[in-house]
Amino acid sequence: MALQTQAPTSGSMSITAGQLPRTATPMVAVFAAAIGVVAGLLLGSGIAMMVFIAWLVFTLGLFVWSRTVEGSRKAKDRTINAVVWSAFVLAMIPLVSLVVTVVVKGGPVLSPGFLSRDMTGFAALGQGGGIYHAIMGTIMVTALAAIIAVPIGIFTAIYLVEYGAGKPLAKVITFLVDVMTGIPSIVAGLFAVSLFIAVSDEPLPRLGIGGGIALSLLMLPTVIRSVEEMLKLVPNDLREASYALGVPKWRTIVKVVLPTSVAGIVTGVTLAIARVAGETAPLLLICGTFPSANWNPFNGAVQTLPVYIYTSLSQTSHAKYGDIWTDRVWGAALVLIIIVMALNLIARIIGNVFAPKTGR
Amino acid sequence: MSTTIDPEPEVEQAPQTKPPTRAGDALFSGTALGAGLLVILFLAGVGAFLTIRGLPALDASGDSAYGEPNIWKFVGMLLVGTVYASVIAMVIVTPLAIALALVISHYAPKKLAKPVGYLVDLLAAVPSVVFGLWGLEVLAPRLLPLYKWLNEHASWIPLFDGSVNQRSLLTAAIVLALMALPIVTAILREVFAQTPRAHEEAALALGATRWEMVKLAVFPYARSGMVAAVLLGLGRALGETMAVAMVLSATGTGYLTASIITSEAPNTIAAFIANYYANASGAKINTLIFAGLALFLLTFLVNFAGRWIATRGQVKG
Repeated sequence: MALQTQAPTSGSMSITAGQLPRTATPMVAVFAAAIGVVAGLLLGSGIAMMVFIAWLVFTLGLFVWSRTVEGSRKAKDRTINAVVWSAFVLAMIPLVSLVVTVVVKGGPVLSPGFLSRDMTGFAALGQGGGIYHAIMGTIMVTALAAIIAVPIGIFTAIYLVEYGAGKPLAKVITFLVDVMTGIPSIVAGLFAVSLFIAVSDEPLPRLGIGGGIALSLLMLPTVIRSVEEMLKLVPNDLREASYALGVPKWRTIVKVVLPTSVAGIVTGVTLAIARVAGETAPLLLICGTFPSANWNPFNGAVQTLPVYIYTSLSQTSHAKYGDIWTDRVWGAALVLIIIVMALNLIARIIGNVFAPKTGR
Repeated sequence: MSTTIDPEPEVEQAPQTKPPTRAGDALFSGTALGAGLLVILFLAGVGAFLTIRGLPALDASGDSAYGEPNIWKFVGMLLVGTVYASVIAMVIVTPLAIALALVISHYAPKKLAKPVGYLVDLLAAVPSVVFGLWGLEVLAPRLLPLYKWLNEHASWIPLFDGSVNQRSLLTAAIVLALMALPIVTAILREVFAQTPRAHEEAALALGATRWEMVKLAVFPYARSGMVAAVLLGLGRALGETMAVAMVLSATGTGYLTASIITSEAPNTIAAFIANYYANASGAKINTLIFAGLALFLLTFLVNFAGRWIATRGQVKG
């Protein structure tokens, strides 16, 4: 008896009672879109306003309908669901717009001439010229950074995992790597500048190796972190099996630990390179700008892609925007994105293809 | 007699307990240790050089402090701008990143979640100068009508006062938010994914709706991770240079206004250095380096706080 009196008193006992129909969401969406369009046309406002009105009607409408039929808990769940998904869409719009704009505006600019010529003899705001020198500069400076940072990073990670585990020195290094992760890129550039003011006695030193050093400072923590993670994943059984066979520790590391984790290490290093390849601020300070390719990293300014984009744009924003000029900037941006994305994809492919078979 | 015999076994035992030293081992461990020490040296060098070059700026004034009466006023102005822009960026990015991470970890079907997560990771790799270019050429003109509308209808709020400019602090903050979004989302995704499956299923089994499950099982578990993610994103936004340097049209150290839609905004440290470095010489370079040092200390403190909260959460976890 007592149980029966507690049973729901709502009229229908059908299993679908107290639920919105399955098509509720699309129905409200269509309704809201219609209202949005009509209201937008009546008010004479733009598409953004229409979308906003439609969204507002959709969220509110769904909430009210669900609340009257399903109760407040379900209504809240539906509303939050809508809000979460719309925030997701809202976040993706600019990110997609960025990629699309760069491809659409930069794509037509790319031509063999654009990639193979430099800016020697071309006026900053005129026609012609290309970004060959900037591409080469980016490759050279990034390679320099990798040459400095990768060996130091890998060996530091080996020290942290294989030799120093638990020692105070290892804790100090781990802490400092944390600190390095937070170095703002422009500070790395200022460091390179102050270093080369001291070394070369010039008031404003500009040279490629300085860019390499600044970028390696930004790369090091990423390399150390990722290699450290990978080395930690190597099962201890492998090391102990090797020791049990009488293999010295260094050969164990070289022949057992590193080959086991090589895929992860290469992935981490490539991602670190991709991260610094697009760095602008330090290169703006220490590498400067130069109209043709400069292959000597120890003397003179080196043009790099990110700095090319930045300086070109700041020159045009004062003068009248020349179409050719801004096109060139977008072209350079597209090339830069392609380089960075290619490095990323290579890293992920290496990570997937050469990952140790998860047999164990 | 016995005293002469006793030492002998000890002498013989000692080499046996020690592993045989090999040249290769010594060389290899030496190299590894050397690399570790080099990292310490590297960072010490950064600190030392910035301090040596930056400290002479302590008595900079007037021209060498870019028109400010003293160095503290100069750095203070820029610090306010840096923190202001970054905090606005975080206000924008936090709800978006939470939603994005929730979609990837809990709301979206697996088939959609994986490519979306991958896309977000790839976007973290877009160079900041490209974000700046897009912000200046595409985003800023689109925001101008919104700013005008806000200025017309809501100028009684100090945020939307003043003369409207599309290259305002808010535009810069939105670009900063977009740049921080992939990083904050990536951390939050990890944090949300670590919620014990049993907690989630227990909540659902008790009849909780999906939102109640997230509120009761996921958020409490992820609280410290969420704070840490936002702080690490803030550290990133504080040090970001190019996007702000390209988008914000502040002159000099800027103006102290609350308004975020005019060009009369406070400048940020990193953007100021990038914009004024080319024409700097002598004492001005010291001033810029001193500003860089201040930025370094600020980001260090924020990152340190973020990591501290993250590790404290893990221990309690």
